[in-house]
Amino acid sequence: MEPASRLDYNHKLSLREFPYIVRWRDDRCKRCGRCTAVCPVKAIESTVKVQRLVHSEGPAPTPSAARKVIQVVEQVTDMERYCTGCGSCTLVCPNEAIEPEFNFQHKFYHYKNKGGEPFKRGGRRNDPSVSTLDKLKFTRISMLTDPALDAGRHEFRVRTLLGRILPPEELPLKTVGGKLTVDKESRGFIPPVREIYPIMIGSMSVGALSPPMWEGLAMGVAYLNEVEGLPVVMCSGEGGMPPRLLRSKYLKYFIIQIASGYFGWDEIIHALPHMVEDPAAIEIKYGQGAKPGDGGLLMAQKVLKLIASIRGVPQFIDLASPPTHQTKYSIEEAVAKMIQSMSMAWGFRVPVYPKISGTKTARAVLNNLARNPYAAALSIDGEDGGTGAAYNVSMDKMGHPIASNIRDCYLDLVRQGKQNELPLIAAGGVGKKGNLAANAAALIMLGASAVSIGKYIMQAAADCFGDEYNRCNLCNTGRCPRGITTQDPKLYRRLDSDRVAERVVETFKAADVELRKIFAPMGRSTELPIGMSDGLGIEDKAMADRLEISYVC
Amino acid sequence: MCRLAAITSDKYFSPMENILALETMKEGHDGSGLGLTLKDLGGDFEGLKKYPIMSGISSNDGRKTLDAYMKRNGFKLKREWKPRIKPVKSITQRENYFARVYDYPDSFKGKSPREKEDLLMNTRLALRKIGEPDGSIFIFSFYPDVITLKEVGDPLQLAEFFGLDKDGIRAKVVLAQGRQNTNYAIYLYACHPFFIQGFCTMTNGENTAFVPIREFLTGRGFPGYMGYNSDSEVFTHILHYTSRQLGFPLHYYKDVITPLKAADIEQREDRQALRLMKQSLRPLCIDGPNVVIGFTPDGTCFMVHDSKKLRPGVVAGVKGKYALMSEECGADKAVPARDKSKDIFPMKYDMVIVSPHAKEVTVWNQLQG
Repeated sequence: MEPASRLDYNHKLSLREFPYIVRWRDDRCKRCGRCTAVCPVKAIESTVKVQRLVHSEGPAPTPSAARKVIQVVEQVTDMERYCTGCGSCTLVCPNEAIEPEFNFQHKFYHYKNKGGEPFKRGGRRNDPSVSTLDKLKFTRISMLTDPALDAGRHEFRVRTLLGRILPPEELPLKTVGGKLTVDKESRGFIPPVREIYPIMIGSMSVGALSPPMWEGLAMGVAYLNEVEGLPVVMCSGEGGMPPRLLRSKYLKYFIIQIASGYFGWDEIIHALPHMVEDPAAIEIKYGQGAKPGDGGLLMAQKVLKLIASIRGVPQFIDLASPPTHQTKYSIEEAVAKMIQSMSMAWGFRVPVYPKISGTKTARAVLNNLARNPYAAALSIDGEDGGTGAAYNVSMDKMGHPIASNIRDCYLDLVRQGKQNELPLIAAGGVGKKGNLAANAAALIMLGASAVSIGKYIMQAAADCFGDEYNRCNLCNTGRCPRGITTQDPKLYRRLDSDRVAERVVETFKAADVELRKIFAPMGRSTELPIGMSDGLGIEDKAMADRLEISYVC
Repeated sequence: MCRLAAITSDKYFSPMENILALETMKEGHDGSGLGLTLKDLGGDFEGLKKYPIMSGISSNDGRKTLDAYMKRNGFKLKREWKPRIKPVKSITQRENYFARVYDYPDSFKGKSPREKEDLLMNTRLALRKIGEPDGSIFIFSFYPDVITLKEVGDPLQLAEFFGLDKDGIRAKVVLAQGRQNTNYAIYLYACHPFFIQGFCTMTNGENTAFVPIREFLTGRGFPGYMGYNSDSEVFTHILHYTSRQLGFPLHYYKDVITPLKAADIEQREDRQALRLMKQSLRPLCIDGPNVVIGFTPDGTCFMVHDSKKLRPGVVAGVKGKYALMSEECGADKAVPARDKSKDIFPMKYDMVIVSPHAKEVTVWNQLQG
């Protein structure tokens, strides 16, 4: 009988409790050590074991047992070093000897609260089910009675407007000699409006992203505008912008974000007199779909010299953006004042709009903004949006799906006849399953003027490992194995900014073709089919009723 | 796809001319409806030009309701025209077809034309609201010097049914549409031409941008922007909205429904205005395939296409008489004696405008402004 002490493993967790179990093959492993070196969380380690081998030689069995010490790669059973399933080990392994496997039975969330600290991570909501956006189909196909357009031949204008648009009744126009002209004497305010591509890159800051990632996105966006003629814009996120970019002609492709921490704004304000172009817009962030009601946090380990200088803070300190914006207290006064101040800083030449997280109360916000002639748009970020760092509970359980939120808001505007005046920007889970153009088109037909992407572009352009099975999701730790969300040069040198830029361009060009492939058979090409809800159908009666679209089966 | 036949002339002519033109295009309509709108009326109506004419259909009960309503609101019946119905086998006869000439209520006699127009439209809408649920009253137009006839059936048979071949009814502008029903129900209010406050259009093809346009129009807060039993009704309302409500010259209708791309706008003299218009009227952009034929209150007729010209259309004729047709055979029937080399086939940037009394035709090019 074994002594009791050798059977008592109650102090240890079994690998079954872990979200990913590392499958390691002894016969394939050549013990090079690359996997253990690359693992961002040290979930595997090289160790030795005693192995008993039975050996027999000759025509008759003559078994003899020998014990020898062998070197193995073993997964640790420490929750603080759980395997995130990123698969970096598989990538570096020369012999396909190691691979993490998702464990559906895991009890990870039961244990990941050591020291009373709830689980924090990056990424997006861990819900691998098919989202509403992916359930939407385009069912109004032009056939015979109204010939479909040719996506390859006809001229397509896949563009949208960002900025407050005057109602036609208020246009300062007069007729002179049979032609319309702008009445200079009317002195009415004509708000700035940008014509942009309807898919934009959402707010991800310098700091949250590594230098090559942010630079790659920025280069890709500039190329799309300057060479490909696709006016894609990108939001800076909260954390300022590289000073040289602020003073460059490329600033017009960027939306500068201001959030509760005001990080980077000292530099931006100082750069104002030297700006040769106006930014595309100013986004005031009041909320984020991934973590509604939560502020931002850039961990101290990510605040290196460059980040500290851009943000105007000391190095290596935690940078918390408070959950509550100081101008959040009253939408009628404080928020309006914020919009006014930002507008004033650029001489009312730049659209200024707020971004909120998806919420049941979005319509209240919207209706208020509809009454504010300086509010240029409303960006709503749904629950499937991503983030660099948040509590798991905020990401998984807080927030509102974007589809019904955007639809409600659009229909509210329709009831007021203002659907063309205040553009709605939808975000949160666009391209979650890789269907970027289809998700974007669906949101547009539900009423969005534009959509914003974040996580998708990280996956498509920089091979982010993250998925809805909690894979990787290490953005908050600064140990991103792909070099996307880290400030550690050892990690980010894995990422080539030129390659990121190339992928951004490829992604948008492909999405553009796909959008035409959606719009052409529906007979739309000249204007974006915003609110063309008769084109949508869904195989779910309740969802069809809720979204006021047709139920198809 | 519906077939369209419009004729404008400096002399009064019978709407039979339009019907016969439609007959030559018979392959393109299926008898799911005929709509006729006559403007600048002759014959018995020539001396009644300043009085509004209510055109419609009612049951006997509906007629009583209508009479009571009009009396209650101070309208005085001056004259009533009824088509001399000749029963035709394939056409289900309704009880009363009428065009009634009214005098304005006393309280409106000194009012401005716009106020009078609003009164007439609101009266039409009120009667539609009363009569539509049980089908007892259909009112198609209520406006001075305009008569509208609509019924389900084959155009030629309907002409016989209404006795148009024998009746002396004449006009200087007649729009006729032979309907080919597609996505929407066969219904009298879905039948073109559509009319609102002096503006009238008929269309063929489907309007793929119908829902956003409808939502934009209904959001304008103008009571007349309703109905939409056909996706083509929005074309009439866009014309009314841009011309009457916003006061834009007629050719800007083209710039609203098929806006130019940014680079082309820059070439236009009125680029500043166009840029603003394109933004503010973005939801009114159509994507075709459509040809729109219509008239405005002063009797100007026009033809315009979607931005890719996915539908045919021709304007042909001689000074004093022009035909605006969806097919050339219709023009051949309506104005056979003409120089065919001068026929105008408007292209995607063109808007053909025929001045009142068919005096002259101009082709306005959107690129050149």
